[in-house]
Amino acid sequence: MIRAFWQRRRIPLASLMLIRQPVRLAVALAGISFAGILMFMQLGFRDGLFDASVTVHRLFDADVVLISPRSTSSVSMAGFPRRRLIQAMASPEVEGITPVHWNLLLWRNPETLGTRSILALGFEPGHPLFTDPTLAEKAKLLTQKGRVLFDEKSRAEFGPVAEWFREGRTVESEINGKRVRVAGLIGLGASFGADGNLLTSSETFLDLIPNTPSGSIEVGLIRLKPGSNAEEVAQRLQSQLPDDVTVLTKQGFIDFEQNYWRTSTSIGFIFTLGAAMGFVVGCVIVYQVLYSDVSDHLPEYATLMAMGYKLNSLLGVVVREGLLLALFGYLPAYAAGQGLYLLVRNATQLPVAMNTVRAVSVFSMILIMCMLSAGLAMKRLVDADPAEIF
Amino acid sequence: MAISSLTVDIHALSHWYGKGSTRRQVLQGVDLQISAGEVVLLTGPSGCGKTTLLTLIGALRKVQEGDVEVFGQQLRGAARGQRQRLRRRIGMIFQGHNLLRCLTAEQNVQMGADLLPNLGYRARRDQAREWLRSVGLEDELGKLPHDLSGGQKQRVAIARALAAKPQLLLADEPTAALDSGTGREVVELLKRLAREQSCSVLMVTHDPRILDVADRLVRMEDGRLYQTIS
Repeated sequence: MIRAFWQRRRIPLASLMLIRQPVRLAVALAGISFAGILMFMQLGFRDGLFDASVTVHRLFDADVVLISPRSTSSVSMAGFPRRRLIQAMASPEVEGITPVHWNLLLWRNPETLGTRSILALGFEPGHPLFTDPTLAEKAKLLTQKGRVLFDEKSRAEFGPVAEWFREGRTVESEINGKRVRVAGLIGLGASFGADGNLLTSSETFLDLIPNTPSGSIEVGLIRLKPGSNAEEVAQRLQSQLPDDVTVLTKQGFIDFEQNYWRTSTSIGFIFTLGAAMGFVVGCVIVYQVLYSDVSDHLPEYATLMAMGYKLNSLLGVVVREGLLLALFGYLPAYAAGQGLYLLVRNATQLPVAMNTVRAVSVFSMILIMCMLSAGLAMKRLVDADPAEIF
Repeated sequence: MAISSLTVDIHALSHWYGKGSTRRQVLQGVDLQISAGEVVLLTGPSGCGKTTLLTLIGALRKVQEGDVEVFGQQLRGAARGQRQRLRRRIGMIFQGHNLLRCLTAEQNVQMGADLLPNLGYRARRDQAREWLRSVGLEDELGKLPHDLSGGQKQRVAIARALAAKPQLLLADEPTAALDSGTGREVVELLKRLAREQSCSVLMVTHDPRILDVADRLVRMEDGRLYQTIS
């Protein structure tokens, strides 16, 4: 079968045309690679920013999450009755729950005394909050009132809290005008909506925001027994509980946050536009190259038609040229993309990395780009009239 | 339809260019028969319609009026696909060599051999080499057209046309770009190889020095054909 195919092959006109015109080939490959790199960078930044928006969300030890339907994102979480979380306990699959207070509070930089808003989570120190097991130990420090755990990966604008703490100094500051003491450090990471994070007990949290309605929480974490289907439980809870809560799976909670940044801000648009620019530039370059290639060889194509070659097999030559360009233009773009991601990761702490979806989608874009250009260049080939060459 | 031994059979062929008031008749009731294996030379002043006749026989143009039968197939009203298939049986040699610039001499000739059905790649390549040997270019297999002289290029073009095993060869002033010695040589070669393949040849030429290779001479003037006794 393969042998028969191999025997039927003809002179590889498409690759010979490309190889024997090295300057044109180099221009085409440079253009395609450039477009590919641009797309990799823009999409990488975009996905990186979206990833960064859920740094905290990913850490929660939960299978199902309750939030208020009035919440729109991590920077504007609304409250819902804590009762709902207790009601959810009635389901046989539910193993445990953790009510969580969630708000942006004003933190005073202990060095400069300026204030800046920080994401504060309040929970019962005995309850599991994050999947990270070391937290449980540190959480004990929060049982004393007025103590907080400070995220050492918070941005430097919050003050040299981590350095001072490690030096053994007692670090005290103010939140919403109330005195708090740093009882320990945790490592979470800044996200898109919050420059820094801190954890505290529910008691301290309510003390910091005295006007919180009693029995109101912002997030309810539900852990299921092993082997339960989170999707199914979430759907059932949603139908059982009143309309004042939204039930999400943990992935749904992550998607909810990312979706906000994707649709309600211009970030997605800006970077997608950037990638689209790369696509357009690539199209123009590949079209130019293929069009002038076909034009230059028009008498030769006409000769082949006069010899009895089908128009379709000549169109196939243009398509194969496009395919080869796509393939050999993509490889350097992929390699350069990997290198640039490494650079960006080191420079910005953004979680920018190559993933299969993006690798495949950029290749598809390049393929579409080359096929579109080949399709347009073919129009020129249809003009070739074998009667004109005599 | 009666089976004829005629390769080309033309009756009352007329052809026009342009439309409306600029319409101009280039062929006026042309009759021409070419038998299998015959070498016919077509002469005449430029612009008299020789090339038009050649493109009509070569199935490169649609026939407007009259009958053109090639290998017994009527070309008037023939569909694009039928004309394309017919062209595979007709070899063409042009004024310019029209070789593919990015292919070597061997690859150019194989473009002709590649049209042959049911032959493996190696067999077609060997045929290409064989043809280049018969036109005396066995040492130039790997050269690109711009490294070959004019005569060599035209010989490659002949090898390419013959590699597709045509039963009819159409040549439009194949010696135009060559000096007289080389021209003579190329035409002699063309005739000898065509004869070996029992391939009919219709050659348009201005060159009086090569008229003697023809079995028959025909002369065209103002769109009409005049038979000349050779």
